[in-house]
Amino acid sequence: MTIFGFVRKNMFRKKLRAILMLAATFIAFLIFGVLMAFFNAFNSGTENAAADRMVVVNKINFTQTMPFAYFNRVKAIEGVELAGHANWFGGYYQDPKNQIPVFAVSPEEYLDLYPEWIIEDEVRDAFLSDRTALLIGADLALRLGIEVGTQIPMFSNIYSHKDGGNSWSFNVVGLIEGRDKDTPTANVIFHYDYFNETITFGQDNIGWMVVRTASPDLNDVVAERIDTQFANSQAETKTSSEKAFNKAFIAQLGNITLIVGLVVGAAFLTILMIVGNTMVMSIRERTKEIGVLKTLGFSSPRILRMVLAESLLLSFVGGLLGMGVATLIVAVMSVLLQGFIPGMAVGADVFLQALGIMFILGLITGLPPALTAMRLPIVKALSRG
Amino acid sequence: MTDNALIQIRSVTKAYSKAKERIGIFEDLNLDIKKGDFVAVMGPSGSGKTTLLNLVGGVDQPDAGEVVIGGKHIEKLSEGQLAKWRSGHVGFIFQFYNLMPMLSAAQNVELPLLLTKLSRKERAERVATALSVVNLSDRAKHSPKEMSGGQMQRVAIARAIVSDPDLLLCDEPTGDLDRETADEILTMLQLLNKELGKTIIMVTHDPAAAAYAKRVLHLDKGLFVEKERAA
Repeated sequence: MTIFGFVRKNMFRKKLRAILMLAATFIAFLIFGVLMAFFNAFNSGTENAAADRMVVVNKINFTQTMPFAYFNRVKAIEGVELAGHANWFGGYYQDPKNQIPVFAVSPEEYLDLYPEWIIEDEVRDAFLSDRTALLIGADLALRLGIEVGTQIPMFSNIYSHKDGGNSWSFNVVGLIEGRDKDTPTANVIFHYDYFNETITFGQDNIGWMVVRTASPDLNDVVAERIDTQFANSQAETKTSSEKAFNKAFIAQLGNITLIVGLVVGAAFLTILMIVGNTMVMSIRERTKEIGVLKTLGFSSPRILRMVLAESLLLSFVGGLLGMGVATLIVAVMSVLLQGFIPGMAVGADVFLQALGIMFILGLITGLPPALTAMRLPIVKALSRG
Repeated sequence: MTDNALIQIRSVTKAYSKAKERIGIFEDLNLDIKKGDFVAVMGPSGSGKTTLLNLVGGVDQPDAGEVVIGGKHIEKLSEGQLAKWRSGHVGFIFQFYNLMPMLSAAQNVELPLLLTKLSRKERAERVATALSVVNLSDRAKHSPKEMSGGQMQRVAIARAIVSDPDLLLCDEPTGDLDRETADEILTMLQLLNKELGKTIIMVTHDPAAAAYAKRVLHLDKGLFVEKERAA
């Protein structure tokens, strides 16, 4: 036996109690791991946003369209280096449950606007030269089992095809690869012209524009110029940086930071009280044993370290189990939700935060009983029944 | 008083405070115990028997006076120094055994050795020896709840002697045992005293238990009322 073995045996001396405390810690860290993965995935859009890209949307809200004519007027505004436009297609593949982000875009400009998408030259050429061509993110293609070189139908839950039905046929000409692992590749783009010519309503309208300025320093000026250009028109615009746009988009779902903070905080506060209280009771029950250990020569600082080690062990075992299962759950969810929340994963940063919280929780729950045990006079301890 | 005594208690005063009231235990207590002695301390409740053991074992400090064990003034040691001193020099045996319920007999005996630098193998050898001394080698892996009172007390004795201390302090070691088992335990203590030369101080209410000691001291109201009565 070692001191650590003794600590471990102390922790499991009442198995049911130890299991319940571990379960409480496990659940708290499971919630933490899953919610942080969601939180980071939601925010990855803002983290990956380019500083020199801006988004122009209808001032009412981004689901309202704008006349196509706006596009040419925006391109002509001073400070605008490049502009592209896109429409939300409302696409799904094979099954309405398989909803995926499909955009009808101005092809050439759009590819130029997103240098983080790595597309081979011959793929780019094939895409630009074929009005029914489609580019699909590599992760999404893998998930849906779509292969390059095939012809696939893509459905819309918004638009109808002028030939009847809500299905469009596309040639899959290539994949969109990410520049790095943080670049999401879970979307689909195709030609706006093909879209505009085949839909039964809403022609000659665009959903939003993406604008690149000559320098991020010009963003504010250019944004003002664009919005001034369309002030008092039938569709006023709101121009913001890509980062601000992404944040506003996420904000529509609610204050994610606050929600995550409250849920995680409540979970940790609960285990703090449960585990803290149980640790205090557990040590109080062992008062006489602590007295015996001290008579055997265990010094007070050693007793303090042993009690702290016990609460830290509890926190780390429960926490690591929780984080492990959270990682598995998130791995499954990331596949299922790849189309809408790409890049969901329990990253190293979340794990490091979790380790820090485990340490602090172990310390906070263990310190009061550890200090009590350390200060306990032997004579007093031994006199307790 | 003898200069070659293992234990020398000089002019010790000890009192406790209870509800702002001072309860005196010892006033000018003096005692010498030679190395290899086996002393039984008897007396009514509240006479200071356990306090005497606590002072000699370094688990409590006198208010005044000297407690010298093996030439060391333990009343001058800090709490940390006392803990270290206890681990090497004193073995404690309690009335209710005070074993750790989640540890096996061998692990209970090993506890004091966790504070030493002995290797795992050396510790295992010492534990085996201590358990064989108390005739419990076959119970090494049993937990306290699987043992009788006498067996638990023998484990406690093994734990007390495993680090080979000079001094064994026993507080009512047979108080929770039947006569037959008590006799076994007392015979074992006698053996440890005679064969291994352990100095033993045993607090007891039981004259039959005291009869196993080399001498009996009677404490009453913090004073030895009768000394050196041969058992």
